[in-house]
Amino acid sequence: MITKEDYISNDEIAWCPGCGDFGILNAVKQALVELNLEPYKVLIVSGIGQAAKLPHYLKCNTFNGLHGRTLPVATGIKTVNNKLTVIAVGGDGDGYAEGGNHFIHAMRRNPDIAYLVHNNQIYGLTKGQASPTSDINLKTGTTPFGNFNIPENPLALAVAANCSFVARGFSGDVQHLAKLIKEAISHKGFSLVDILQPCPTYNKLNTFQWYRERVYKLDDDKDYNFSDKIAAFKKAQEWGEKIPIGIIYKVERPTFEDNILQNKDVPLVHQPLEIPDVQKLLERFI
Amino acid sequence: MSIDISIVISGQAGQGVQSIAFTLAKVFTRAGYFTFTYHDIMSRIRGGNNSAIIRIKESPIDSIKTDIDLLICLDKEAIIKNTDKLKDTGILIYDGDKIKLDEIKPNYFSIPLEKIALEIGKNKLMSNSVATGSGLALMNWNLDGVIEIITQIFKHKGEDIINANINSVKAGYDYVKKNFTGKCPCEIFPLTTVKKNRLLISGSESIAIGAVASGLKFYSGYPMSPSTAIMEFLTAHSKEYNIVVEQAEDEISAVNMIIGASYAGVRVMTATSGGGFCLMVEGLSLAGMVETPIVIVIGQRPGPATGFPTRTEQGELKFVLNAGHGEFPRIIFAPRTAKESIYLMTKAFNLAEKYQIPAIILVDQYFNDSYWTVDSSDINKEEINREGFLKETNLENYKYKRYSFAENGVSPRIIPGTQNQVSYADSDEHTEEGHITENAEVRVKMVEKRLDKLKDIINHINQPLYIGNNLPEIVLIGWGSTFGAMKEALDLLNEKGVPTGLLHFSEVYPLPELKLDFDVKTVKKIYCVENNATGQFADLFELHTGIKIKNRILKYDGRPFTAKYIIDKVGL
Repeated sequence: MITKEDYISNDEIAWCPGCGDFGILNAVKQALVELNLEPYKVLIVSGIGQAAKLPHYLKCNTFNGLHGRTLPVATGIKTVNNKLTVIAVGGDGDGYAEGGNHFIHAMRRNPDIAYLVHNNQIYGLTKGQASPTSDINLKTGTTPFGNFNIPENPLALAVAANCSFVARGFSGDVQHLAKLIKEAISHKGFSLVDILQPCPTYNKLNTFQWYRERVYKLDDDKDYNFSDKIAAFKKAQEWGEKIPIGIIYKVERPTFEDNILQNKDVPLVHQPLEIPDVQKLLERFI
Repeated sequence: MSIDISIVISGQAGQGVQSIAFTLAKVFTRAGYFTFTYHDIMSRIRGGNNSAIIRIKESPIDSIKTDIDLLICLDKEAIIKNTDKLKDTGILIYDGDKIKLDEIKPNYFSIPLEKIALEIGKNKLMSNSVATGSGLALMNWNLDGVIEIITQIFKHKGEDIINANINSVKAGYDYVKKNFTGKCPCEIFPLTTVKKNRLLISGSESIAIGAVASGLKFYSGYPMSPSTAIMEFLTAHSKEYNIVVEQAEDEISAVNMIIGASYAGVRVMTATSGGGFCLMVEGLSLAGMVETPIVIVIGQRPGPATGFPTRTEQGELKFVLNAGHGEFPRIIFAPRTAKESIYLMTKAFNLAEKYQIPAIILVDQYFNDSYWTVDSSDINKEEINREGFLKETNLENYKYKRYSFAENGVSPRIIPGTQNQVSYADSDEHTEEGHITENAEVRVKMVEKRLDKLKDIINHINQPLYIGNNLPEIVLIGWGSTFGAMKEALDLLNEKGVPTGLLHFSEVYPLPELKLDFDVKTVKKIYCVENNATGQFADLFELHTGIKIKNRILKYDGRPFTAKYIIDKVGL
């Protein structure tokens, strides 16, 4: 049996005290343990930002790449080794600003990757600037007169882009978040978990308290059908007085890897290297 | 007298210039000749003016020449643009029904291409096949083998199209035989020594075959001229050779995808042009930091920005030499010919993997889009050598360190997923384990570890090619695809009695200490010949050797060199 002890990293945690990231780290660890996954079978790709430090605080394969580039790296890995459990982790700046194009195209491809976005609606690592999900009028280092741009809605975007699993979690509810992450990892296809993550240092608006007063669980709504795309798109618009958490949309469709026949039986990384016989290929040019 | 015939086919995009050229090059390749075809193309799908320039010789040839023996023009603009290059003894084929000329010289042959096409092929698009047949008849050639080639070219278009083209070729041939027999001076005689192993292959195809031969398993790219043909070739053969090809949303994604796949454990590649490489540069730096082998092929075209999308230049050497933030090792190769590129690709893949670094292949539109006749027995292949993976894991559970300090800077890799070990790759400066660090001492050791590899890499780099006179008065220096024109200029200068040597580089960076076959002090003039405006390699050469290169023969009009151009600039 895998326990939380198996995932202990010797790397010192460099987050601020009270950071919403701690709850996410605990939830990820709990999900991996409950899925009984051995650390060597797990690979986490992260970008740059406070969120991207997460895999260092776990013991598992890690590719901590560039800002915004988690999904291409994760897709490349999953393409050649479909036996690994591949998770991508980043923040709202990483995924929804710098990596926005990759996000849209990852949803199109539908690789079997769980994508966890720590959405604190602020830039933490660069010390407090507006993010694409910052609420309107939020004052930050780069929006001292208030944020005039309407926030991006990642969930509505994901539903519109036919993302096969769209969910929202809250780092203040680790049990619920761990369950969502488990479902995201288990889902065959690309799964987005947008995680509401308070930043106690730079975002004085969207605090733990602010969220606790607003979030409600979709599991409690027996009438909600997450396979109904129109309903999901509508649900994704809810923000303000009431903020839904849970699975917003889920659909089964072929994954990116399903169409890669080269990988079907044995992952490409484990196929014995045969010297390719290009003579045959050359003869076609005679 | 040895045969050296230059054929130009010119017309609008969409008129079938390329299929005439391919057919003729294939016919003469199969007949035992060496051919070289350059495509001078505009960035449009229909209209404009495109030309294919074919050269036919009995010995290997890697360049074009300016003067024309046989000119096939499919529209009036083609005539206006090309007749000044037609030799006095050369022949022009054109359709006099369609094109009215003010002056008709005795060597202008009007053939009703469109009329025959409509009559025989039932479609005026068959005019190009009529021209193919006419051209072959004028060279006093035969139709043996042409039918097979036409069938091959049009096989995806169905039997009706194949037959219409074959009949049109025959009709064009018969028309000339009936009306102009014996009137063409560029008669080609069948060779007695026909080699069955000669290929007709483009630079893009040879690069792609080189990648397949190197054990490529994952390619991701974004279409961009002149590299797209590499991607299409690899995709077409991906199932057969178990290669995954993915079209990325942009070049940033392409380079990051291959870095991910390489870290996961397979051989990877992407191809682009200068503009796409701009987007890949942060990824290049990432590969340098995470010490992950990648191969990037750059088909150069004239810049800045969009430049001349379908033309040629060697303008990116300094860019790729310095691309990427931070300091990290890389290798840069620039194959001279399609034949050499197959060997160089595997060498690039091997060295990239051995040293866990990026390798860049610099080619250009001239190289990628040209077709060479290559003797398959002349193709050198390098053994695939997959190095740098931890073989026996005597390691305690979870004690593997991705960036362990090692003598030559190379830390063994594992394939992520290896039982009871994990691998941390990090774009931040990192510890041996791969965790983020800001420790000054670790930083210094890591920088040195990465850069130390260069000292070792140098030992694998070949000396440049030196050919020609051993006591040269003139030395020509060049790199990459200029080789064909430079070699021809070298031969012509030596024939003229000017002792000349050619020092030519295909392994461009890092440069080893040069062991020159001639004494620099006795050379009167050194010329660096480059398809760019500043002499980028000349600067690199100066920096490396301390030898000043004052004479630079530069060409930056988007067109390739010819031997004549070089000789004119040398002025002898």
